[in-house]
Amino acid sequence: MAQFQSLREAVADNLKDGDTVAFEGFTHLIPHAAAHEAIRQGRRNLTLIRMTPDIIYDQMIGMGLAKAAVFSYAGNPGVGLLRRMRDAIENQWPVPLETVEHSHAAMANAYEAGAAGLPCAIFRGYRGAGLKDVNPGIKSVICPFTGEELAAVPAHRPDVAFIHAQKANKRGDVLVEGIVGVQKEVVLAAKRAVVTVEEIVDDFAGLHPNLCVLPHWTVTSIVKVPGGAHPSYTHGYYARDNAAYLEWDKISADRDLFTRWMKDNVLDATPDVFAERVKGL
Amino acid sequence: MTDLSNVTPTEMMTIAAARALSNDDVCFVGIGAPSAACNVARLTHAPGITLIYESGTIGTAPDVLPLSIGDGELCATAVTTVSVPEMFRYWLQGGRVTVGFLGAAQLDRFGNINTTVIGDYHHPKVRLPGGGGAPEIATSCQEVFITMKQTTRGMVEKIDFFTSFGHGEGGDHRKRLGISTKGPTLLVTDLAIWKPDAESKEFTVVSLHPGVTREKVQETCGWTVRFAATVEETPPPTELELTTLRDLHARTARAHGGKKEQS
Repeated sequence: MAQFQSLREAVADNLKDGDTVAFEGFTHLIPHAAAHEAIRQGRRNLTLIRMTPDIIYDQMIGMGLAKAAVFSYAGNPGVGLLRRMRDAIENQWPVPLETVEHSHAAMANAYEAGAAGLPCAIFRGYRGAGLKDVNPGIKSVICPFTGEELAAVPAHRPDVAFIHAQKANKRGDVLVEGIVGVQKEVVLAAKRAVVTVEEIVDDFAGLHPNLCVLPHWTVTSIVKVPGGAHPSYTHGYYARDNAAYLEWDKISADRDLFTRWMKDNVLDATPDVFAERVKGL
Repeated sequence: MTDLSNVTPTEMMTIAAARALSNDDVCFVGIGAPSAACNVARLTHAPGITLIYESGTIGTAPDVLPLSIGDGELCATAVTTVSVPEMFRYWLQGGRVTVGFLGAAQLDRFGNINTTVIGDYHHPKVRLPGGGGAPEIATSCQEVFITMKQTTRGMVEKIDFFTSFGHGEGGDHRKRLGISTKGPTLLVTDLAIWKPDAESKEFTVVSLHPGVTREKVQETCGWTVRFAATVEETPPPTELELTTLRDLHARTARAHGGKKEQS
């Protein structure tokens, strides 16, 4: 049953050292504020799952929270490379990072299998691809009906999922609109789910019947954080801050600049700053 | 009037790539150079084309080029937006995409692409972003178009990692792996148009862009280039094509500057 909490409480109650955690958002609705709270609370030895580990995982990895990353595209979308993640992989700074790499199709299927309570996902993929030679988690099965060889990967079953969404109602049902990515699948696949929202409304009367709504009993904790996806965006509320993504390329290029930026903008900040950051977007 | 006398090689590449798409295509769009080409096609000769980005946006018609595959503009202008699992399962794996349009960090003569690592996978010299949707785009779309600028670092004899499979070692290698789609059928660079040889599947130059010599193509390519028996000259951009591309880039630059100065 969804509890309404402060971000500090929600992260402290749900994210423990050593957890496997997914902060999801496929470019849209990325839970930046929640990731920053995890950094402030100094969690360690996390296994981070994400299709597109962009800025927030670059920040978490650069601050030494992660021991492993499970991913399918480790880039700053449209800008370039993830420089802190690269530094961890290439130079073990600040700590070594184990990587488990998949394709998008595999990751999406693995979340769906997790949501469906299956042990693995089966799909037509990885044919001729090099990843199956370097990731022992990529195997194959033979279709018992046609004899076709298909790829199989383990389902994702994170200890906890974090997503951002448009709104919750007072009961705790959550509405997700726009590019929905894997927001529904990651919540249903995880043991616990924390959702940050732009606003909390009385009820969802009048919504289109087929919208993506997560019933309150699928969510552990709800936190109101206006602007909580910035510099990602929330469809219907504010646009993606593309300039901030371009800026991150410079900040993350240098260890000292990165460390200073994290102190000023994350460690010494509070969730309230996000509302200010999206003004004018 | 758009000045047709100062067309850059990159503009020629984008426009030549755009021409390869038809009004009936359902195209899975990679970010970067493919995205520009696909939208120029939509804004010129192929208004009915269906553009799909892996964020789940189907039939999108952005006014500016997205910085990422999931910019809000893509969703706001799409016919429909589906979840990412549905995108990859029903639409891509389901065989509903006619063309996958990819870029490449490293490419070999058989259209195999590396966007994963430079050097050894476990001890990389450079860790690149990785494949994203490309491994399955390369095998599930009915055919694959590739576009990239020519450099000897990018077009290499041997790629460091098989992110996505083209024609493998050439010949019938795809068929031997049980892949029934055509794979790479077109490569458009800033200098030339290439198509795979019918038998060997090695990319062969079939058309040189205006003013480009065979020597220039070879100097910027890491393998020994084969030329078709008849090599044509790519028609230069029309005024409509060039104006459309330049306007698109100008709108995009304004939009992405946002509230801060763009670098």
